[in-house]
Amino acid sequence: MLLRLLRPVRPVLCQVATSGFRRQSTVTSARFTLNSDVYKLHEGTTGASLGSGPPLEGEITREEMTGMYSLMAAIRELETKAGDLYLEKIIRGFLHRCNGQEASIVGLESALTPGDELITAYRCHGYTHTRGVSVKEIMAELAGKATGCSKGKGGSMHLYGPHYYGGNGIVGAQVPLGAGIAFTNKYNETGKICVTLYGDGAANQGQVFEAYNMAALWKLPCLFVCENNLYGMGTSSTRSSACPEYYTRGHYIPGIWVDGQNVLAVRTATQWCADYIRAGNGPLVMEQFTYRYYGHSMSDPGKSYRSATEVKGVRETRDPLKKCEELALELNLMTSDEIKAIKKDAAKTAEEAVEFAHSSPHPPPADLYAHIWWSRTK
Amino acid sequence: MYVPHTFIECKYGPELVVTCTFRSSPVAGSNRVFNTPLSEQGIVGFGIGLATQGSTAIAEIQFADYIHPAFDQVVNEAAKYRYRSASHYHCGPLTVRAPYGAVGHGGHYHSQSVEGFYAHVPGIKVVIPRGPSQAKGLLLASIRDQNPVFFFEPKWLYQAAGERHTQLASLCTCMQSLSLSAGSDVTVLGYGSQIQILRQACEMAQSELGVSCELIDLRTILPWDEDTVIQSVCKTGRLVVSHEAPLTAGFGAELAATVQAECFNHLEAPIQRVCGWDTPFPLIFEPFYIPNKVRCFDAIRTVVDY
Repeated sequence: MLLRLLRPVRPVLCQVATSGFRRQSTVTSARFTLNSDVYKLHEGTTGASLGSGPPLEGEITREEMTGMYSLMAAIRELETKAGDLYLEKIIRGFLHRCNGQEASIVGLESALTPGDELITAYRCHGYTHTRGVSVKEIMAELAGKATGCSKGKGGSMHLYGPHYYGGNGIVGAQVPLGAGIAFTNKYNETGKICVTLYGDGAANQGQVFEAYNMAALWKLPCLFVCENNLYGMGTSSTRSSACPEYYTRGHYIPGIWVDGQNVLAVRTATQWCADYIRAGNGPLVMEQFTYRYYGHSMSDPGKSYRSATEVKGVRETRDPLKKCEELALELNLMTSDEIKAIKKDAAKTAEEAVEFAHSSPHPPPADLYAHIWWSRTK
Repeated sequence: MYVPHTFIECKYGPELVVTCTFRSSPVAGSNRVFNTPLSEQGIVGFGIGLATQGSTAIAEIQFADYIHPAFDQVVNEAAKYRYRSASHYHCGPLTVRAPYGAVGHGGHYHSQSVEGFYAHVPGIKVVIPRGPSQAKGLLLASIRDQNPVFFFEPKWLYQAAGERHTQLASLCTCMQSLSLSAGSDVTVLGYGSQIQILRQACEMAQSELGVSCELIDLRTILPWDEDTVIQSVCKTGRLVVSHEAPLTAGFGAELAATVQAECFNHLEAPIQRVCGWDTPFPLIFEPFYIPNKVRCFDAIRTVVDY
């Protein structure tokens, strides 16, 4: 999936003029080191022992880094422009944006292999794009246009794609579905895993625990991922959850907490989890410790339950795009000019998507009755 | 509002809709008005437990679309407690509030009308107000009612500017429906937000067709006020029923079936039901989906011209 979205990169060693007289060169790949505080482990009682967990070192190529950064920039721009369209009332209904969570999304996706399955909740635009749906098709769907990926029938919360089961509006309902998708893969011996995502609010839904039990009992290849952005709507995780350590909530299922703002940490952790699950050890619970800059949805300014200082603090010290830029520059994998060019490109793509959404037609009224039951003439 | 000393009265639910409940918090205190985790089945079950030992429990589900995980608790626990224990225990002091209905752009999961599912459950009551002052009176009555009540509030009315009180909101008697206008040609029957639409359709019928409509607001879906409706249809001979929920097996089907049985010899025309279409509540097709005033007017014309 990731490779399809990479832009053509420059030759192996390139010399690019930066400001002043210094020249900067990039390398094809680099080794990186992570701080030990990017992971925490919960042993559990089912499955194999976690040992020392994911490695704190790894290798990343220029192509991979550029690809990840491009995706993160694309998501950031898409979400920002979608907010503008909502205020213009071109997008209606409910819109839940993921600005601030880009590293969790892209880092996870970058570690999956083609054919791995994914299902998530309604804060889904980022994953929809990483799963292979174009920014244009996403924007058109948000605007309820016939050119959208769900033909205008689904809207923001119901975006789908290959090996991607949405996009789900009801909190927590997607989790047992994820376990079911994992079961099919095990039964058919595909060797693929199903990544089943939910938020800190959904983590208290009974059906999540039903899914945990089935997945552990039958050793399903399911990676449960809790996107902990610290707030379920306007209720902080400490006010909703007796145990806000979501990576331990699987109890008997081993778990891992990861710094969701560090794209390399998320990628490494996901690779390690996927390997563990593919080896037949059963499910894992991953908690991505992340943050959303905007409120729960466009109806929520996100200011009544958290301070402006807190939001500003995360933007300044833990912004996932900034962190990725720093890493890329530090490892000599990208230049600052390339970074600027990628951001500019992402803005342009989002702008074109907005035009596309504006100019596309709505689905015809007869579509009101389409897709209710199976039909020979689908 | 009288608060019994020995029992606690609690209002709780996920992210209690601020405008509805914030005023009660300073009075009642945060140990009696509180947010819960996102666990609808747990919330309703918890409320049944609270109510069973005599406490007044007012649970809020954020949107009626989300009440379905609690369906088992409603149908198998709340509705049957009194019946299966010969009144030894019951959860009468439980009231569950939830906003329901179309809001203009809510789509599949912020627009549903669910009264049809719960009308099918003997043992609970289902109450739906048409506006703010009705909501106050009916909610007070629901809380005091000695049966578990499911109170569905029309959510688009939260955004309405206000309603002038023509009289002090008084304790309404849950069971009774209310005739909003006396008429002689056709009985027009509905509830909740649909009443505003039906009012407009009746006005159109009067001005364009000279037809005199008797508009009735059912107010309580379960149990519903058969006497008032039957009396009206026996007088007018014609009935138009309307609700936002889909047509097939919607509550209008129950109303139509009972009226045709009780008023058969008085009917001048087949009963008309003007409802949502038989699809999931759509996203952008909402204007086509909802039973608007033109469709309701058309139904009135159909029965009058029959």
